[in-house]
Amino acid sequence: MGRFIAKRFISMLVTLLFVVTITFFLMHAAPGGPFSREKALPAPILKVIEERFNLDKPVYQQYLIYLKDVAKGDLGPSFQRVGWTVNEIIEKTFPVSAKVGGVSVLLVLILGIPIGIVSALKQNKWQDQLAMFFATLGVTIPSFVIGTLIVHIFSTNLRILPSNGLSTWKHYIGPVIALAGFSLSFVARLTRSSMLEVMQQDYIRTARAKGLSEFTVLTKHALKNALIPVISYVGPLVAAILTGSFVVERIFAISGMGKYFVESVGNRDYTVIMGVTVFYAIFLVVMVFVVDILYGLIDPRIKLDR
Amino acid sequence: MLWTQDYVSRGDFVENKNILEVKNLRTSFFTHVGEVKAIRGVGFHLKEGEAIGIVGESGSGKSVTSMSIMKLIQDPGKIVDGEIIFKEKDLVEFTQKEMQKIRGNEIAMIFQDPMTSLNPVFTIGNQIIEVIRKHKKMSKKEARKKAIEMLTLVGIPSPDKRVDQYPHEFSGGMRQRAMIAMALSCEPSLLIADEPTTALDVTIQAQILELMKNLKNEINTSIILITHDLGVVADVCSRIIVMYGGLIMEEATSEEIFYNPKHPYTKGLLKSIPKIDLGESQRLIPIEGTPPDLLNPPKGCPFAARCSDSMRICKEKQPPYFYTNEEHRAMCWLLHEDAPKTDTKAKGGIAIG
Repeated sequence: MGRFIAKRFISMLVTLLFVVTITFFLMHAAPGGPFSREKALPAPILKVIEERFNLDKPVYQQYLIYLKDVAKGDLGPSFQRVGWTVNEIIEKTFPVSAKVGGVSVLLVLILGIPIGIVSALKQNKWQDQLAMFFATLGVTIPSFVIGTLIVHIFSTNLRILPSNGLSTWKHYIGPVIALAGFSLSFVARLTRSSMLEVMQQDYIRTARAKGLSEFTVLTKHALKNALIPVISYVGPLVAAILTGSFVVERIFAISGMGKYFVESVGNRDYTVIMGVTVFYAIFLVVMVFVVDILYGLIDPRIKLDR
Repeated sequence: MLWTQDYVSRGDFVENKNILEVKNLRTSFFTHVGEVKAIRGVGFHLKEGEAIGIVGESGSGKSVTSMSIMKLIQDPGKIVDGEIIFKEKDLVEFTQKEMQKIRGNEIAMIFQDPMTSLNPVFTIGNQIIEVIRKHKKMSKKEARKKAIEMLTLVGIPSPDKRVDQYPHEFSGGMRQRAMIAMALSCEPSLLIADEPTTALDVTIQAQILELMKNLKNEINTSIILITHDLGVVADVCSRIIVMYGGLIMEEATSEEIFYNPKHPYTKGLLKSIPKIDLGESQRLIPIEGTPPDLLNPPKGCPFAARCSDSMRICKEKQPPYFYTNEEHRAMCWLLHEDAPKTDTKAKGGIAIG
């Protein structure tokens, strides 16, 4: 186990290095820069600013400087938000996104998986058809449509839900539904198809022939096998949802990470783009690592040490 | 020659009681294209401590028969008619809840492919303990001890270590032994083995059969052995039932089946066993045609289309059972006293599998 973790840690570092490198050079390859304006800044001022942020140096030198800083955990100052470091921006905005995201992930798990199981059990009966009707809607309707409709119907017309901020639990309903809608539906469909496949297996017949109740057959013998594809989807999903969604945060006026990220891309706020990307990448590789460990716990045939 | 229209229970003539009696069993699958009549009126009996074999090619209805006895026919399948009298109670009338107390406890089953019949994500011990704890009032510790005992009984080396291993750490033969241990752990009075050796290589097959034979005597369990391999049943079973097209074609003692078969289908099956004393040039002749379509089963004998001796009546009317002695019956018009005498020994042959 120790060897496995050490090996994985090194490969995670390599992955991150790739992410940083590719993002850094792509970003610099894109036309424009943080201080290019329609009305150009006076040359002396621009020179001072560029010197201040090392923008006057060749790109490869900037890259090496950035790598050194990142290795120390310093994501640098924001170019656009004067007085803010990227670390501070993430520290301030991530918890906001994570709160909405955390509730969404919980909803995905505690609703999506059971809905999938019930659908599989009642295959082609009305319960299944009803659930799959909504799941199909959830997968096909984009979050900006769901979000806008919620604001329009429940906030503007019925006036029963607040439409901006996160001050009470009621504020969470709209963003959570918009954020979880797709994943919830996807997980329900994934669990259903996975369960249906597992229920055809010979060992399910064996379990039934042992006189186990249908409930035990399902929750013990089928579920553990059926969850493997679901877990591989949910792992990266956690990273994606917790780091926030630009669309949902925009619609419900939540100052989370997603909003800042997209704004920073528009502004060419190099350090924020890099910082948020690195943060998301770290989160993602850690979640993939967690998924691998869970695999090993669920299926003994998957040996971590090899 | 006896002349009976239907199968008559003959339990009264023998000393041992019938543990199982299947009467006129019909099982169908209601698919979207229509009713597939997989079992079309099957009747047989099994005495306490007896081992019988059910033989037939794929699709003849042997597995559906065994799954019907367990009442494990899944949607869209259904037992349409008939009785399954087990220990004087009709299982057809049982609810699924009542059947759960029978399955694994009084009637246990082992399956064809030990590679896929065990759940890969639980240890062998867990899966054996589970069935013991379901049916017997035992603590976890006692059940574990019993599980190790069962693994010892089926000849698994160092069972106290093996009990905590997962199925993928067992070889095919070992897994089938573990399956047998699991099936016998609650000391069932009936064991249904559905092609238990088909997926194993020949040397392991012999070992598993030897094991089943020994355990049968040791635990006094009745056995229904389902296979398409006549060689397998000959060794273990005292009586053989030959199935085809959802019907029992012939039933007799093993000896009678091998040395005095009456039905052309049985004769075909026998010719398909390669014999060591036949010359190298001797070939197994396949029989022409395919098994009948059970969506629209033939009006007459299901084998008529492939039978080299079929007569006009064979295609028009399903033959009754003709008894040649107390324990030997066959569903074939050729046994009628007006039928021409034929000898099919030189003709036909059938590849089974």
